[in-house]
Amino acid sequence: MSTALVTDLTIFVLALLVGIEVIGKVPATLHTPLMSAANSIHGIVLAGALLIGITAHNVVGYVLAFVAAFFAAANVVGGYMVTGRMLKMFRRKAVPPPAGAASANGQGGPVPARREGGAAS
Amino acid sequence: MNSFTTNIQLVYIAAAACFVLGLHLMNSPATARRGNQVSTAGMVIAVVATLVLLIHEGTVTGVGWTVLIVGALLGSVAGLYSAQRVQMTAMPQLVSMFNAVGGGAAALVAIYGYIEDESAPGGVLGTTTVFTALDVIIGSVTFTGSLIAAGKLQGVITGQPVIFRGARALNVALAVIIAGTTAFLFTTASLPALLILILASLAFGVLMVLPIGGADMPVVISLLNAFTGTAVAMAGFVITNWALIVAGALVGASGGILTKLMADAMNRSLTNIIIGGFGTGDSALPVAAVGDAQIRSIAADDAAIQMAYASKVIIVPGYGLAAAQAQHGVAELAQVLESRGIEVSYAIHPVAGRMPGHMNVLLAEANVPYPLLKEMEEINPEFARADVALVIGANDVTNPAARRAGSAISGMPILDVDQAKSIIVVKRSMASGYAGIDNELYANPKTSMYFADAKKAMAELTAAVKTLVG
Repeated sequence: MSTALVTDLTIFVLALLVGIEVIGKVPATLHTPLMSAANSIHGIVLAGALLIGITAHNVVGYVLAFVAAFFAAANVVGGYMVTGRMLKMFRRKAVPPPAGAASANGQGGPVPARREGGAAS
Repeated sequence: MNSFTTNIQLVYIAAAACFVLGLHLMNSPATARRGNQVSTAGMVIAVVATLVLLIHEGTVTGVGWTVLIVGALLGSVAGLYSAQRVQMTAMPQLVSMFNAVGGGAAALVAIYGYIEDESAPGGVLGTTTVFTALDVIIGSVTFTGSLIAAGKLQGVITGQPVIFRGARALNVALAVIIAGTTAFLFTTASLPALLILILASLAFGVLMVLPIGGADMPVVISLLNAFTGTAVAMAGFVITNWALIVAGALVGASGGILTKLMADAMNRSLTNIIIGGFGTGDSALPVAAVGDAQIRSIAADDAAIQMAYASKVIIVPGYGLAAAQAQHGVAELAQVLESRGIEVSYAIHPVAGRMPGHMNVLLAEANVPYPLLKEMEEINPEFARADVALVIGANDVTNPAARRAGSAISGMPILDVDQAKSIIVVKRSMASGYAGIDNELYANPKTSMYFADAKKAMAELTAAVKTLVG
């Protein structure tokens, strides 16, 4: 076993342990955003997809590079966007003035209340 | 490793540190947004470093650049579009799709690495092949498995477990093919063998998820998430890239923890879910077996009186609420009650919804402040003080039968709804939950049933409370 491989394995095991330690502390409330965040992090495979380009000089290489870049970019961009979108909705208090309006004028209330809240925070 | 690539690796480590820090900040809703930003920054750093490396190497052809840039741009547009358009109820599908593309990309990296190595002088290195094989297998299984899971959640494929004769034999055959081909690849460099490995793994992914019922999806999605992380880490080994190794390990850990949490909350082992136990989908059994017990149904006005004159109300939302898109209606009812000084909180079971923590996101979208959302351990002691427990579209997770031995859900952690002074259950019919058993809660003398679609029920109840209290 080469030194480089031992280094890689060490990094892998330590990262796994750090992951267990850090993620074990995330409250259940945030489990969906957590999974979505983890999802965007594995979008790092985009780096791997781009690196294919260094040696790709034939049709097979180009096709694999294209599909990999497409998949990975969708993963990374979509993942971060949707995580951000979700986290923006979590708030400690109901936004006071629009919330009062919402209970007064019924169904139409919640939607504008959410938009104003999002802009304010 | 020359000094330039060493520097790039150091930048990758910095990016990895950002990922860890970002996940760490997710431990509180107050800092979670910053966490996501830190993580995004790490990703930008890693991608820029990679581009710098590509330019420095100078071997990327014109076609190569075009292919990479067009591919990445189209992918970004697809990701952006789906992230902005997705309904919060459809989050599990989207996460599943991201698992699919992530796993697929990881497999492609290894496949390309293998094709490269095979044409290199000296053939394929043994150690490379271990990780290559693992990456190809896990990545391919994740790709098709996640697509099937997303299809089931979206309703494109039936949520019922798909079981056909010989499925098990076929699975065993595929496993043997996968193991055999891998062993062969360790000794002989062979492209056809790699192709067989890919195809067998893709087929295995389909067959793994097809027999799993829709209600077990929180576990399946978590598991596939862990798979994707592992595949990405393996890709990192293949191309000796620390950023991929660390990020993959983090995701693998996160998926693993969530899988265990979900399986525990359903009181089922992972093996049991994969092989397919009682999870026969959202089957509806006839009313009969609750026995001779009296089922009391209640009108909107009476339910409104109970709630309007309570001092503490606990709302228990389940998947039925999300399916009926009633989360905004619930939030509105809660607001009306709170404006009367009634203490309202929400009891969230770990498997409420279709993925871990799903219900919290749905309620956050409906503008419910997160401190009101209580986890099971926290809320259970409070039921005894509650005047009314309002159960909306939740079934098995409230069934006291789980406390006794001998039922399909025995030992499953449940919400102690039966401890409340009175209970109102909003439900469309007496159909049973996915465990396929009757809910003893409904026969409890303290329980009244309000038969209606959750969205309609919320509007009626809110209107009734308003009329009552002016």
